[in-house]
Amino acid sequence: MTQRFHTGDAVRTRAANPEGHTRLPRYLCGRKGTIEAVHGVYPLPDERARGIALTSCTKEALYTVVFDGREVWRERSSEPLSISADLWDCYLEPERAAK
Amino acid sequence: MSGHHDHDHDHEGHVESASMASRVGALVAKLEAKGIVREAELDAAVEAFLLSTQRAGGPALVARAWVDPAFRARLFADANRALDEIGVDMTHWAQVKLRAVENTDRVHNVIVCTLCSCYPVSLLGPSPSWYKSLAYRSRVVREPRAVLAEFGLKLDPGIEVRVWDSTAELRYVVIPRRPEGTEGLGEADLAALVTRDSLIGTAVCRANSAG
Repeated sequence: MTQRFHTGDAVRTRAANPEGHTRLPRYLCGRKGTIEAVHGVYPLPDERARGIALTSCTKEALYTVVFDGREVWRERSSEPLSISADLWDCYLEPERAAK
Repeated sequence: MSGHHDHDHDHEGHVESASMASRVGALVAKLEAKGIVREAELDAAVEAFLLSTQRAGGPALVARAWVDPAFRARLFADANRALDEIGVDMTHWAQVKLRAVENTDRVHNVIVCTLCSCYPVSLLGPSPSWYKSLAYRSRVVREPRAVLAEFGLKLDPGIEVRVWDSTAELRYVVIPRRPEGTEGLGEADLAALVTRDSLIGTAVCRANSAG
């Protein structure tokens, strides 16, 4: 799979709640974030956890995505907090620039 | 262990560790009975793992970064290469990509693995049990300032807290700020000031701390 995003891109995480293993933490589902770093291509753990071999599983771009604490927890706070997670390409959708 | 395969779906406390120990014991007995693993192999693997954690390279890494600006720059650009320079091997069962994150007068970093207990053992030594606890893993993303205050670290409200959730194949290490009054110290003495918790981000380095 090609790398869809680049550093600085606005993204939104999937809101899906898959039955199996995923590395998208639930507290970060459906949240708007920014691509902070691009790390190259890694095997998708969602497939590896279903027993799909390393050689045949999907490999995808892995990104560090940074989120504002107020976006994650849906609350106002004057104390600056950012939370980042390392997320695979298919966990993300492009976020329109409209603010 | 720094892999994602040491999942730790704990409910905390001794009951859980006792049941984990008996499960591990049962698994080892089966593997040995079926000839998949020999006791000597297992012992050698455990010994190699423990030995690697005893040589935790984090303090040396930080001390070098404090005294050598060029090394510091290389560390933030490519942490694995910087580790090679000081002879620290991040490989246990798989090569892990390391990223060093820098504390400044405006930013304080803290690391967590909310999904399990990922942790750079070869830099920090064996992980403390609280790092693997559900309480730390769930609260440090939700109310990091309150958690840090419980560790005795009270941050100015204007300082940005950056929490790094190790959800994938990267591991993080915090590079704490060099304490004031340590200008005359050499690398070895500086390394002695770098505590495990300061590398996780639940503490800062102090000039008089015992290491």
